[in-house]
Amino acid sequence: MNPHRKRAKTVDRVDSADSALVSSESTQMRPFPSKPLSVDRVKSVESSESGRMRPFKDKILFVDRVDSVESSESSRTSQFSDKISGFDRADSVEARVDSAGSTRMSRFPDEVLERVLALVDSHKDRSAVSLVCKEWYNAERWSRRHVFIGNCYSVSPEIVAARFPRIRSVTLKGKPRFSDFNLVPEDWGADVQPWLSVFSTAYPFLEELRLKRMAVTDESLEFLAKKFHGFKALSLLSCDGFSTDGLKAIATHCKNLTELDIQENGIDDLGGHWLSCFPDSLTSLEILNFASLNSEVSFDALEKLVSRCKSLRVLKVNRNISLDQLQKLLSHCPQLMELGTGTFMQELISGPVTEFKNMFSNCRNLITLSGLWDATPLYLPVIYPACARLTFLNLSYATLRSDELSNLLSHCKSLRRLWLLDTVGDKGLEAVGSCCPLLEELRVFPADPFDQEILLGVTESGFVSVSRGCPKLRYVLYFCRQMTNAAVATIAQNCPDFTHFRLCIMNPGQPDYLTKEPMDEAFGAIVKTCTKLQRLAISGLLTDRTFEYIGKYAKNLETLSVAFAGSSDLGMEYVLQGCQKLRKLEIRDCPFGNAALLSGLTKYESMRSLWMSACNVTMNACRVLAKERPRLNVEVMRDEEGGDDSQANKVYVYRTVAGPRKDAPPFVLTL
Amino acid sequence: MDLINFEATELRLGLPGSTDEWDKKSTASPVNTNNKRSSSEMGSSVSDETGSSRSPSLAKAQVVGWPPVRSYRKNIIQGKKSESESGSGMYVKVSMVGAPYLRKVDLKVYKSYDELLKGLQDMFKCNIGLYSEKEGYKSEFAPTYEDKDGDWMLLGDVPWDMFLTSCRRLRIMKSCEVIES
Repeated sequence: MNPHRKRAKTVDRVDSADSALVSSESTQMRPFPSKPLSVDRVKSVESSESGRMRPFKDKILFVDRVDSVESSESSRTSQFSDKISGFDRADSVEARVDSAGSTRMSRFPDEVLERVLALVDSHKDRSAVSLVCKEWYNAERWSRRHVFIGNCYSVSPEIVAARFPRIRSVTLKGKPRFSDFNLVPEDWGADVQPWLSVFSTAYPFLEELRLKRMAVTDESLEFLAKKFHGFKALSLLSCDGFSTDGLKAIATHCKNLTELDIQENGIDDLGGHWLSCFPDSLTSLEILNFASLNSEVSFDALEKLVSRCKSLRVLKVNRNISLDQLQKLLSHCPQLMELGTGTFMQELISGPVTEFKNMFSNCRNLITLSGLWDATPLYLPVIYPACARLTFLNLSYATLRSDELSNLLSHCKSLRRLWLLDTVGDKGLEAVGSCCPLLEELRVFPADPFDQEILLGVTESGFVSVSRGCPKLRYVLYFCRQMTNAAVATIAQNCPDFTHFRLCIMNPGQPDYLTKEPMDEAFGAIVKTCTKLQRLAISGLLTDRTFEYIGKYAKNLETLSVAFAGSSDLGMEYVLQGCQKLRKLEIRDCPFGNAALLSGLTKYESMRSLWMSACNVTMNACRVLAKERPRLNVEVMRDEEGGDDSQANKVYVYRTVAGPRKDAPPFVLTL
Repeated sequence: MDLINFEATELRLGLPGSTDEWDKKSTASPVNTNNKRSSSEMGSSVSDETGSSRSPSLAKAQVVGWPPVRSYRKNIIQGKKSESESGSGMYVKVSMVGAPYLRKVDLKVYKSYDELLKGLQDMFKCNIGLYSEKEGYKSEFAPTYEDKDGDWMLLGDVPWDMFLTSCRRLRIMKSCEVIES
């Protein structure tokens, strides 16, 4: 990004300055209470080692921001709302500095620093800011409104509340990712209630809560609804432990609700009555997603809700909503940006394209479309009027064939993201390649993942077709039953910008089906060519060579998923040694043992977590790791059926400042 | 319950003659090499598979958590497959116009429409009346069901056994809402 370069220039100026930050407060900083940045502090910043200066270089920018405030006669507050794009100002600051004959950096009070830092959104940036110096640390912690906690056990709610006093929005992730695939027993933990209890006193004005893989009970949802009076946005993804009764509490008590997003949770669906609990006075809803709930809701209540919430921009209904009901809904909210339809077929007298031809004609803002349950070629043309503007189309619940997809995609020139079922076949993917040149993300899910007899779905040829037509691809999730090294090499050449490459060859340990060789060269090609790669999931028959490639080339890799791969401890060692930026490593069914585990001794604290299951790790090695690294939690999950007590079958290691878990169930041993 | 007999009367969108492949490949998946089936056909043809014939291929695929498909998506897939379940009980949802919540009934408990209607009348404290081919139901209520194709049908037109294989759920509507097609 250009701004960074300009920032560096400004900072150099500052670095080389001998004099302190000087400002004639009285003339320039009048509106602000005086709390100047002291000279000593500036000098200490300047003289610190390069390590400290790095964040300074990247993040400093507020200096010219303040100068630009000073230089203008107009209202200060409007200058602050000017975004970070005003980098031409940096140059003008330098000019002023030069002509004045000395470096003039204003002193500015903490409030100013906080106001400017409030514009810094990214978590990584904020972490860097907080490391600069104590004053910045304080300004950052007071100005932070959103906290992201990637592992709920890495920190305690009390610590979070103590450090960040003014949080309005929390994102919290709980269980290890492999719990999505039933590898983590129930009652493992990640209960949200302890967090809510602390937040109810620390953040009574909490507005947003986004949970992923957390255990949530109806009682917790009721607690949330009743204790947080200004609560606005709730998003639950892949959580479990609650029922629709909990949703009733949210609907009933959250008077200012703007978002209710319920996705793919292990929820006890007791009926659709929760939707009828939204009071008639609730008009603030902007996002409503109940696509993954099975029960029928009252259409009358839904229609009234949609009609009175004029700011509604995301509506994703469940399969029970029929096409004509959908048409009625859309007539009330033409401003929608994202729509998830219900069932997309219905017996009609005149036929779908006549009955529903105007359904989407007024939805001029629609950019995302999903749902489309049971869509058939007869009904798909109903969406054609909206296709040209779509940037995200989720067809992963519609079992389309290649020609059906092809007809549809010919209308979708603007697509950036596309999710499909593999029923479309390679021919369908050819259509993707020819119709969607702007495509950045493709996910192809298996319609029938557990049946090994079928030879259907997509192959390497479909993937190659897409790569030819869509050079901007950066995110791919691809389930297939056959793949070749040559194909992946071609794909890498065609799409060098991959940031997320997740390839799942569904038969574990399957080689290149043409050459019968391992798939090492495929992933080698990916990591060599795609230098921006952040996330990688590998599959197929793989030797240690794959990991050697990864360790050597995947320098930006942050997340790696490995299953049924590798030949020896070396594989895991290569990765731990070579991937500097690795944060999450999840491994299952690989021949990595104690040496491999312990080779990462010094690395795990720089990572979020490590998961190893069905590998060759023993309890003793885990104990060694736990003893050497007290700031890691080393958790071993015991198998139900007994088995060898010296083997550690499921190991979960993560860094933490909160110490060992206090809520670990009996089958989880913290060493 | 022998489901095979109803193939001849089932309406499908597949190619004629393609049903033969289903009988031969009893362990084959519902999606065969033809690749020319619509979604409704996928739903209907799976009902031909009995539990036992699928178990060899299932046993092979029983590596826990592999392929890494989320439970939610897995359930959708399995839900599409076993829409008319064989085995213990055949519970379908029943919604009643004006009722705040739905109920579930086990269709296997009943041997005929009369029994089912009696059960529904008891459950919802309403009077649905008797079925007549010409006039449907002579009461303020009309019992309907959603079949495999997603269409809403009046209860009683088809033989009981055929109804059992195609009923996805029940809805008791008001007679005035029923549109005669």
